[in-house]
Amino acid sequence: MSGGMCGGMCGWTGKILRLDLSTGAAETLRPSPEVYAAVLGGRGLGGHFLRDFATCAADDPDLPLVIAAGPLTASIAPGSGRCHLTSRSPLTGAVGDASLGGRLGTELKRAGWDAVVITGRAEKPCGVEIDDHTVRLVDASALAGLETTEVDARLRGRRKRGSLLVSGPAADSGCLLATLLADGRHAAGRCGLGRVAGLKNLKYLAVRGTGRTRIADPAGLKAARQDILRLAAASPALMGRHGLASFGTGCLYDLVDARRMMPTDNFRATRFAAAGGMNAHAFAARFQPRRHGCLGCHVACLRSARDGRGLPEFEAMSHFTALIGNADLELALRASDLCDRLGLDPVSAAATLACHREISGEDLHGERLLALLGGMGTGQGQGAELAQGSARLAARLGRPELSMSVKGLELPAYDPRGAYGMALGYAVSTRGGCHQRAGAASHEILRKPVATDRFSFSGKARIIKTAEDMIAAADSLSVCGHLLLAASLEEYARAYSAVTGLSATAQDLLAAGERIDYRERLMNAQNGFTAADDDLPPRFFAEPGTGAPDLPVPPIPRADFLACRAAYYRIRGLTPDGLPTREKAAALGLEWPQPGAAGGGA
Amino acid sequence: MNALLARYAAKLAASGLTLPGGALIAALDDAISWNMENDPRQALMQRLLARLNCSALLLARPTGVYQAVMASLARRALLDGTHIIAPGDCETRTFLHDIPVVRGLSDRGMAGALARRKGCVVLDDDGAAHVAAFGAVSPEQAFVTMSSLCFACFVAYFAAHLRDLRLGTMTGERREEFARTRSLLPPERTDRPALAAGPFTSEDAARAALIQAGRATVEYGLVDSSFGNISYRLKDGETDTILISQTGSSLDDLAACLDPCRMDESSCAALTASSEYPAHKAIYEGGAARAILHGHPRFAVILSLDCERLDCPGQGECHRACAAPRRVADPASGLDIPIVPGEVGAGPFGLCNTLPPAIRGKKGVIVYGHGLFTLGAVDFREAFASLMDVERFCREEYFRRAAALGGEAAGEDSRASSRP
Repeated sequence: MSGGMCGGMCGWTGKILRLDLSTGAAETLRPSPEVYAAVLGGRGLGGHFLRDFATCAADDPDLPLVIAAGPLTASIAPGSGRCHLTSRSPLTGAVGDASLGGRLGTELKRAGWDAVVITGRAEKPCGVEIDDHTVRLVDASALAGLETTEVDARLRGRRKRGSLLVSGPAADSGCLLATLLADGRHAAGRCGLGRVAGLKNLKYLAVRGTGRTRIADPAGLKAARQDILRLAAASPALMGRHGLASFGTGCLYDLVDARRMMPTDNFRATRFAAAGGMNAHAFAARFQPRRHGCLGCHVACLRSARDGRGLPEFEAMSHFTALIGNADLELALRASDLCDRLGLDPVSAAATLACHREISGEDLHGERLLALLGGMGTGQGQGAELAQGSARLAARLGRPELSMSVKGLELPAYDPRGAYGMALGYAVSTRGGCHQRAGAASHEILRKPVATDRFSFSGKARIIKTAEDMIAAADSLSVCGHLLLAASLEEYARAYSAVTGLSATAQDLLAAGERIDYRERLMNAQNGFTAADDDLPPRFFAEPGTGAPDLPVPPIPRADFLACRAAYYRIRGLTPDGLPTREKAAALGLEWPQPGAAGGGA
Repeated sequence: MNALLARYAAKLAASGLTLPGGALIAALDDAISWNMENDPRQALMQRLLARLNCSALLLARPTGVYQAVMASLARRALLDGTHIIAPGDCETRTFLHDIPVVRGLSDRGMAGALARRKGCVVLDDDGAAHVAAFGAVSPEQAFVTMSSLCFACFVAYFAAHLRDLRLGTMTGERREEFARTRSLLPPERTDRPALAAGPFTSEDAARAALIQAGRATVEYGLVDSSFGNISYRLKDGETDTILISQTGSSLDDLAACLDPCRMDESSCAALTASSEYPAHKAIYEGGAARAILHGHPRFAVILSLDCERLDCPGQGECHRACAAPRRVADPASGLDIPIVPGEVGAGPFGLCNTLPPAIRGKKGVIVYGHGLFTLGAVDFREAFASLMDVERFCREEYFRRAAALGGEAAGEDSRASSRP
């Protein structure tokens, strides 16, 4: 394997590792500086390497799984120690990607790689071990079927340093909700990317790097860092007494409850009667948690109980309580912990259980809940049916309308009847039901950068489009979305310029984000996605939420939603059916997809 | 949307930052909305909108003293080649960082500045200053930026004058300009608002008092609409809750923007509370106060930036690490207000660490370059009176110092009014 830093390039290493698990062949790609400037890294780089294989089936060896760091990864820019995983989702058929914390991105960069593009399929379970320039494929047959904690423990026996990305039994057993877990706590949770790894017989990726990222302007980066840290300190949501730094993401629980938008009983209601005793304070009082965070992040938004089990993040906390009607804290923790060990997306898993609960009428208590989850993660019993996600389950049972999902990806823990920007964001997200693609909770719930009327579509079409561009850029720089509750691309553009030496403004980064988002729409269109998929489950337009005398939560006005979506399409440069146009693609510098294309790369 | 834009424009005029009609605001969704039609600046704004990825844009011509200070600072920034105004106040340091200056009302020049920062000052061919600002999410951001720029430039101008007098770098030309600028200062208001008498024992009564006091603080010019914060401790029987203004709320429009936060912290409701909630809570925990009012009175902030120690090795770190005990004091009236360092929020240098211990036994505390916190034992009457008294003293003290340093004769600022 050849190595060495790319001469003259700062921020990026200039090298991509392409690894074919079918043959064991490793190749170093060196994208041009123009490619890097256009796609930035992370999510953008993932889209770049997926574009020519976007229509590959999940079990097609040519389908890549891209793990890409960003230009800010392994720098002192706050919240930038991340990477991004990209492939085609086996759950949804759309673009599937996830931002990943921990230390994997940092180790990858330190090892001299901006990304690893994994293709092919190994004959038997394997691991990939990267130590700086050295890349090895290792037989991992002995790890097949083991829980993530066990895989982690065995590997740590001989790899005490560096980062570990592992799958659990869910990835091995055909579960479409399978995740990959980094460093024991950090999940690439959505879209079933663990199953992509499982289909490639990739059990783990271990990376250790000893190099350093070249920084063009260390003083400029330090100044940008101080600006960002100052903004973070001024953010109640991040560093406030009740914010992420104090209580983890569970701090959102009370707020979402107070706003009467907590998805309850598979979204039949928006208020959970027991919520007052299930909040972050209750978890803290019961489990005396420890703080954890991604490498280099001062917010440290993860929590674990004294016995080492990871406390559920807000989404899992809400869905394993309100969504399935569970008022037992310990059970919520056990369910969330089991998901971690099985390598199972807790959001989709809980939402699929809620769908099953509504259709079957079966109450999910105690061991029954855990047994179904266990079956989802191991392919055993009734759980094996649930492991295909709520959309397939509901369709098979003749009640497709009861899958609370968009494009087949289950919705997270903000009821869209309580936030119309969130509703539009869910509908038009390129990866399906996701709150992180447009981050509407920021202004509709958390008042940042300013508050917007959560029960109005006024202005939301452009707000959502701009926010999607911003978040696409941040995902590509490798910046954590939480930091965007305080800082903006204005500050991160300064960090980017200081790291890379390339002069860029926030508007330049937004333009890159727009390109990255549009490329994902091109790929989704190739896979048949249209406006019919940019929609919410009918329940939200027909049934009210659980309002109060001074806070009604009516159904979303369907006509207003459709008008706002149409406006969004115009602003985004899509046809009235939500499809990309050649003109807009050309204006963004994107090639129009060629049917049956193959190859890709740099 | 048009009504919302008109409301922001009216607020700018009401606060004396522009004349009526001085601000043109556009909101862009699928189509453009304006706060007023047929304004000749629309063509320029449309060209500017075409260059930016944003939801709202504002172009405004400040008036009165704000026009004077902005034009002066912008001229200097263009002359010295920096093209930057770098005020030392807290809001600028935290949220704006610095203020770009653009020569000429061109869409290209403004787009270049707005690609980097939230707002900029534009000096037109006639030497008049304008403000351009955008909002990524809402026109409110552009409004807030305009308001922030006016405040920051006001503080920067008057603070720089005093500092240059201390450094001996003041020119005759600037002395003359300063006299003209000073004559534009609005008269000080001396009447007191009729605020509700406490203590308040019901949440409804406390809410009403908070709304009333917040509105009065803006009306009296003691804070710009989007800044400051206010809280009341509701303690009665088993109830022990802080009602506090939400982050980013307008003190003159608090009806739907008050968060109840339990003192025992058994709820995370303070997630949307003011950034200064930790400081408010610590103050309540450390004393008997029931009301806290935080405004940004201009001369209190300016005076906090004035320091005689011109050779201090800690310069540049004053806002977060000044170790010298500083105060504004008036032996005649017994006024004794400490000045402490501290940044916004809860970081290691946050004012939540410096303010609570300093305010014990005092009527209030000035946070360096930021603003004034005052206390009330039962309601907001005492806190409001302290806010006014401190600002009046600081304004008089500012001009006394300027005169003593050879800037201007003292006593010229005796104008007062019972009306705004």
